[in-house]
Amino acid sequence: MDILINKALAGDTRAIARIISLIENEDPVADGILRRIYHLTGKAMVIGITGSPGAGKSTLTDKLIEFFRKKGKSVGIIAVDPSSPFSGGAILADRIRMQRHTGDEGVYIRSMGTRGSLGGLSRGTREAVLLLDACGKDVIIIETVGVGQSEVDIIKIADTVCVVLVPGMGDDIQIMKAGIMEIADVFAINKADKPGVDRVAAEVRLMLELVRDKPWTPPVHLTVAENGAGVEEFAESIIKHHEFVKNSPEGERFEFRRLSFEVEDILLKNLTRKAEKVWQAHKSKELMEDLAARKINPYTVSADILRKLFPRTEDNQGTKEANT
Amino acid sequence: MDERKIRVVVAKPGLDGHDRGAKVVARALRDAGMEVVYTGLRQTAEQIVETVLQEDADAVGISILSGAHTFYFTKIIELLKEKDAGDVIVFGGGVIPEKDIPGLLEAGVGAVFGPGTPTSVCVEWLEKAVAEKRAKEQ
Repeated sequence: MDILINKALAGDTRAIARIISLIENEDPVADGILRRIYHLTGKAMVIGITGSPGAGKSTLTDKLIEFFRKKGKSVGIIAVDPSSPFSGGAILADRIRMQRHTGDEGVYIRSMGTRGSLGGLSRGTREAVLLLDACGKDVIIIETVGVGQSEVDIIKIADTVCVVLVPGMGDDIQIMKAGIMEIADVFAINKADKPGVDRVAAEVRLMLELVRDKPWTPPVHLTVAENGAGVEEFAESIIKHHEFVKNSPEGERFEFRRLSFEVEDILLKNLTRKAEKVWQAHKSKELMEDLAARKINPYTVSADILRKLFPRTEDNQGTKEANT
Repeated sequence: MDERKIRVVVAKPGLDGHDRGAKVVARALRDAGMEVVYTGLRQTAEQIVETVLQEDADAVGISILSGAHTFYFTKIIELLKEKDAGDVIVFGGGVIPEKDIPGLLEAGVGAVFGPGTPTSVCVEWLEKAVAEKRAKEQ
């Protein structure tokens, strides 16, 4: 394992790729690797690109890679595509748009399937980002799966979230809704050569003006990712936001919020894993029959499992109740 | 929960622009529960091998209709070996004359699936090949 970690930290592509696979397969050794490398993380600039399917996220990402490469930065990309709810398989095709960077040693692109994760990311996205960070990538871009209105997990990982919109997505009320529209630090209205772009831009700006007391107002950029128009200004805004996050008291709050999510997610993941194990061991044909016959209810069953998971806590509560 | 998924790169090297076959295979592999990284058209051998490494693929499927199959297959296998990834399974399909197939297998191609092969044959072969490869790793 040490050899693999050292190779990865030295920048060996295959070692990095192998560890990401261990992470996404939830291999027992993955947690240990992350514990070992965590102190090396926190240096990269982590950018999230999110938006609806076909909005141009991959093409925009491709242009961002070019932008940061010209500045001499190394770039890691995690591109998430949906896994099939039926077969569990996936077609991971985001990298088609970024293929010209394959072969550039300063660029590492990894495609991931969502594998049942619902927030727009994949299982293991966060950990893959940590690894790329530890391996010295200056900039990490996460391209989420094409999202609808409420897949907002990207805010738990990225320093800067970019929401990509396209003309023709609905009226101004869509833009006022909660969820995806409120997580943007920078907006890109892509395919800006298509009709209707001015209206979308006006509506987004109007929506932003309704709330004026925020320390950071998300800039709105018109882009045509296909030919690169507007991309430079868009990228400059990302850098500006990153500096804002790193250098303001507001930024510390963001960082604390992100770290809190991080602990919570790891905690929940481990709890879920343990709970699943206990439930699988607890499950029997008789129990399932009793449940089906309504002799016992799922609430009681879960309470029993919880007691198995936390015997001591339950005892403590028992004494406490007895004392009062 | 901690199952190890099969990851496959499906690639189209060279200049021919017909990717229907590649898409049919990609879709069949997806429906068999595999994660298929699709590279798009006009890839060089170097790009394909780099993609395989970055994506930690167990296998790479190459679709060629241009006639340059012997060149690309040998080149890809050679590059994989160079990068210490000679264990990656290489298979392919497309318009490949019967007489060229023994030479390709000799060079290290795992299997060649010609036009009209049922996708289930390809899926079953790949599942078996990956299982054998992983058994060797342990």
